[in-house]
Amino acid sequence: MDATSHAFKSNAREALANPTLQTALGMAKTGFPLKRLAAIERLPEFEALREEGKRIKNHTLAHLDFYLEEFERNVVELGGQVHWCRTPHEARETILAICRSVDAKTVTKGKSMIAEEIALNDFLEANAIAPIETDLGEYIIQLRHEPPSHIIAPAIHLLKEQVADAFRAAHTDLDPARNLEEPRTLTDEARQILRPKFLAADVGITGANFLIAETGSSIIVTNEGNGDLTQILPKIHIALASLEKVVPTLEDAATILRLLARSATGQEFSTYTTVSTGPRRPGDLDGPQQFHVVLLDNGRSAMLGTEFQDMLRCIRCSACINHCPVYAAVGGHAYGWVYPGPMGSVLTPQLIGMEEAGNLPNASTFCGRCESVCPMKIPLPKMMRHWREREYEAKLSPATYRQGLALWAFFVQRPELYHRLAEIGMRVLGFFGRGRGRFRALPLAGGWTAVRDMPVPQGRSFHSLWAERQRKAAR
Amino acid sequence: MSDGRNDILGGIRKALKRGPLDPAAAHALRARLGDPQRNLLPARATVLDDAGRIDLFVAMAEEVQTTVDRVAGLADVPAAVATYLASENLPAELVIAPDPALDAIPWGERPLLRLRRGKAAPGDHVSVTPAFAAIAETGTLMLTSGPETPTTLNFLPDTHIVVLRADQVLPHYEEGWSRLRARGPMPRTVNFITGPSRTGDIEQRIQLGAHGPRRLHIVLVDGKTG
Repeated sequence: MDATSHAFKSNAREALANPTLQTALGMAKTGFPLKRLAAIERLPEFEALREEGKRIKNHTLAHLDFYLEEFERNVVELGGQVHWCRTPHEARETILAICRSVDAKTVTKGKSMIAEEIALNDFLEANAIAPIETDLGEYIIQLRHEPPSHIIAPAIHLLKEQVADAFRAAHTDLDPARNLEEPRTLTDEARQILRPKFLAADVGITGANFLIAETGSSIIVTNEGNGDLTQILPKIHIALASLEKVVPTLEDAATILRLLARSATGQEFSTYTTVSTGPRRPGDLDGPQQFHVVLLDNGRSAMLGTEFQDMLRCIRCSACINHCPVYAAVGGHAYGWVYPGPMGSVLTPQLIGMEEAGNLPNASTFCGRCESVCPMKIPLPKMMRHWREREYEAKLSPATYRQGLALWAFFVQRPELYHRLAEIGMRVLGFFGRGRGRFRALPLAGGWTAVRDMPVPQGRSFHSLWAERQRKAAR
Repeated sequence: MSDGRNDILGGIRKALKRGPLDPAAAHALRARLGDPQRNLLPARATVLDDAGRIDLFVAMAEEVQTTVDRVAGLADVPAAVATYLASENLPAELVIAPDPALDAIPWGERPLLRLRRGKAAPGDHVSVTPAFAAIAETGTLMLTSGPETPTTLNFLPDTHIVVLRADQVLPHYEEGWSRLRARGPMPRTVNFITGPSRTGDIEQRIQLGAHGPRRLHIVLVDGKTG
């Protein structure tokens, strides 16, 4: 997809003025956070498990080369294949070659953010292979030709009426007068339409929540069962995963699984957690005849050893997104690429470049909720701060912003001068604003006051009041 | 794409500021993989005795819309299945896993139940499978694939009935891994199943039966009737 991350500000403005989107976001706002809270209150060990999860991932990242080689060795031992892909281009070509090896006409897909990252659907279509999204949310947005707006609830920006419209437009064989008023009937219709497609597909592509070095397994976590039908019915199962998904053992995966569903949807455990190891075994009556793992780097190995390494602990639960006030206000599409919210603001500049996405880390109030709910304790605000520094150093931020910052830096390094000027400024603003309470516009700060009012200072700064208080207390 | 492999591994080592792990370090990590250690285990299920563990499993399963019927012995299973099918207005046609454990069930005592052994086919409404184990912690079933337990039975039919023995209920996933390793090599598929299929993708309103089974029913054989 073409990224519009550079246009976050105008995207956000449009999103705020879109009443349908605002209604959908309003419904989404409290659901996941409240369910998460209820789930973690039932598990006294949750906090300790966060530390364990962090420790497991840190250990794995410090030995990532070793665990990836072990993973590959175990996949190959059971008759599977691992394809190492540096770039989205290599991953797409690898998948195409596998599909062509069986003259694939249709490919079913479980939900995969990596497939979104490499824009797989458009590429397969351009090569005369029909990709069919089978996760209900992904299916809906595929029909609407739009990207996901959330990493676990791709159609969270839509109302049921919009889903009904998309189904009527696509399922033209069905009775036009049928009732599609409720999520129930919509879900049933998707089930009915997609079932024959599962059965007819030549290749099934899923993502992976974990790769297990010990066994060469890939693990997917779903609620619908679509990922399972995707991988057990076709001749070939391709698991598409980025390389930081590897963990050492099944025990390590179990520990992180205890964090994943609770942090994501507030479920104790997702409905289906499926461990897939190699192709079908001799004597098996079903299952894929080939098992391929397409392992994507796409800039991740370069994050190791940098201030962004901690981001590689991310398990894509979406807790940071679900708790972000900026995301709640503008939705996922405003971020302009695949990953929205705090995790997207950290990841996107790394994956598609600072020129395109360098301003996403500015779309944060630094309220810190993302870090406080992150099951892997990723310091998201700190990393957004690092991106802001890089944006500043690369001179990508607006000149007025940088000059203003330089001016402020000059004064803040001279506290005496700063306090004196601030004191004068307070008095001047206090004088002009007396009796008004707030300024609706200020010279030289039009951009700031365009969307908010500036409270009138009371005439004294905090520092001077504090100094006076200390003096009095000393007496 | 061996170039890609070397580049990626080389890139990782460069970023980590080292070469390939020295043999001693690699040996230590490999030994760790060969003898997987458990991390923190939540007390929820570990503190319980056998009866408590089974009760927890049933409570957690029912919380996610799994239905559970407790019967005294295998001989009671056909009647329990027939009663369940009638109560849900389901056809008395079953596709069952070709597993000796299920063959020990006296299905012939219920001649109206029509049985086929094998994998699931489109149009099959109800499947019956055994389970490898069950996990009390979250009310989760653990099913493994094999010649006697095809995975399609767990996903294609609208209704999935699982015959579970009470002694198969384990406290946590880790005990499941230990038992699986003790049995032999990893099967192609291990399914952890916690309730019937569901989705919340339209306005976050949960609907059962998205793509997998609409109903998940456990016949729990535990020597006690409930």
